[in-house]
Amino acid sequence: MLEATPWNDARAVAIVNEHAGLEGPMLPILHALQHEFGHVGEAAAPLIANALNLTRAEVHGVITFYHDFRREPAGRHVLKLCRGEACQSTGSEALAQDLLARLGIDWHGLTPDGELTVEPVYCLGLCACSPAALLDDEVIGRLDAESLAEALDAVRA
Amino acid sequence: MTRIFISKDAAALALGADKVAVKIAAEAEARGVAIEIIRTGSRGMVFLEPLVEVETPAGRIGYGSVKASDVASLFEAGFTAGGAHARGIGKTEDHPFFARQTRLTFARCGIIDPVSLDDYASLAGWRGLRRAIEIGPAATIAEVAKSGLRGRGGAGFPTGIKWKTVADAPADRRYIVCNADEGDSGTFADRMIMEGDPFALIEGMAIAAVAVGASKGYVYLRSEYPHAARTFQQALEIARGARYLGSDILGSGHAFDIELRIGAGAYVCGEETSLLESLEGKRGVVRAKPPLPAHKGLFERPTVVNNVLSLVAIPTILDRGGEFYAGFGMGRSRGTMPLQIAGNIRFGGLFETAFGLTLGEIVEDIGGGTASGRPVRAVQCGGPLGAYFPPAFFDTPFDYEAFAARDGLIGHGGLVVFDDTVEMAKMARFAMEFCAIESCGKCTPCRIGSTRGVEVMERIIGGVKVDENIALIEDLCQTMKFGSLCALGGLAPYPVLSALRHFPEDFSPRHALAAE
Repeated sequence: MLEATPWNDARAVAIVNEHAGLEGPMLPILHALQHEFGHVGEAAAPLIANALNLTRAEVHGVITFYHDFRREPAGRHVLKLCRGEACQSTGSEALAQDLLARLGIDWHGLTPDGELTVEPVYCLGLCACSPAALLDDEVIGRLDAESLAEALDAVRA
Repeated sequence: MTRIFISKDAAALALGADKVAVKIAAEAEARGVAIEIIRTGSRGMVFLEPLVEVETPAGRIGYGSVKASDVASLFEAGFTAGGAHARGIGKTEDHPFFARQTRLTFARCGIIDPVSLDDYASLAGWRGLRRAIEIGPAATIAEVAKSGLRGRGGAGFPTGIKWKTVADAPADRRYIVCNADEGDSGTFADRMIMEGDPFALIEGMAIAAVAVGASKGYVYLRSEYPHAARTFQQALEIARGARYLGSDILGSGHAFDIELRIGAGAYVCGEETSLLESLEGKRGVVRAKPPLPAHKGLFERPTVVNNVLSLVAIPTILDRGGEFYAGFGMGRSRGTMPLQIAGNIRFGGLFETAFGLTLGEIVEDIGGGTASGRPVRAVQCGGPLGAYFPPAFFDTPFDYEAFAARDGLIGHGGLVVFDDTVEMAKMARFAMEFCAIESCGKCTPCRIGSTRGVEVMERIIGGVKVDENIALIEDLCQTMKFGSLCALGGLAPYPVLSALRHFPEDFSPRHALAAE
């Protein structure tokens, strides 16, 4: 997992300016901010609005429309468990419910030790080897309770 | 030097291909065997991944479902010369799953190094683009029209007509937008081709640009596909360096370049107008049509919005002619379709074939039935907004019109198989829940209807006034179907109504009580 740097206005402005010349620069800017800081915080909207000559409301509207942009930093590791139909057909729902119950969190939740965020994802394109998950940058197919636990232990070790 | 091919497709990686590749390299070094490992895309036989292939004078010999722990015994068996081993499948191309296919769009995928220009050119690469430049825009569009190609994203609109509309629209600039927001569960063809043969998409887009006079192209790829993004970005840089993109492509005087843009997890951005809004940097809210994107698309300019699979079919059509492509298929569904056989399936993967196979042939003969070994109960065709078909519909030919006649859709070619443990009322509830999560919020039937739909389904599942609530959900589905602005709200009723119609026993009060 990439370690995110803490929010820094000057660095954020530099990132915004790097992309401002693109046609339709908003999504590239938001992705770049999230890549750098691990989330797109409250401070982002006014900076972007200023640079792109938009209202803060417009920028806020865009940030909150897309599932990808986090308002708060995630845990050190992020597990995206697929909930698409292909994964459901091979038991993903039971797998997810067991895991969430064991961790004591709900979807989008963060474990109390700050280690793991668990998010739903609707299709990773791994539908012929379901159930599937993305753990940080690693794709995992044909998941079962055992292989999921192993993968989580491996990154948290 | 023996050449060994191992896929780096995300599905192969998800099943451990990297570990196998590392182990083979280490073992070869320890044993002093000279090998070169080439990482390819996937052949599409996901059930055999990680697939290791060895180049021999007789062709490529395959070893399927290889684990790192198999590697030592593979060397003992002399696999670098194609030696016999329990994992051996013989010549990969003779494998029944592969041999039965008609590979036009995926002809190179799984065979070549995806970012090798030499490999691409050696297997007919760039021939379509050269011909398009030679015959000019009008003849290129005529060739595409002759092929009968229809939009592979799901709507099935004739590609040639779309291109002509854009070419004829007066404008200071035009755009080619590739829709790679492959959000449907059960589909992975766009991902596979972008990871396995990215130059084919670049060539298809360049041909479209020459045909309609576009100078800029965007690929809108979903963020859930990081591997495809990396490979495609790399391919773009290589193609630009070799002047297949840029200010003067292949010395033709045409200027065209492509930029990769990454989505942000919104399913609705697979809808073309929402995708355009998103590219422009706005919320992915659907636009009312007209105006059509072909007249006023990206930044209000005439825009070709085509699915990845439509664009990747183009180089073959230009190279071998529209008539050649139209020679495959049935009725008004011409050419080939990369079927994606997924879910609870024994032989899951990508199977490219001419239109016209029946659903039963696809699921039972090719797919081998369920992975669990239990009977097939339902097949969802065309993604989360597609209908659930029962085995009684296995005689339906895979064809746009034949599926529509049974209130279904082929969509992007995904088929998700369920065994008899599936609870169809829950799947109907999920369809509404998914629509509620992903609705862009612009139109009321979709925004409010999907949320009310979840509530009504909960009551049905809970056994509350079941008959009344079934009547209510049917009525709600009609409202969503005819009142929604786009296909999200308009098609979400398909899985719900098909589940109700074909699996009524899962919605009866008795079943609901038994489930308590």
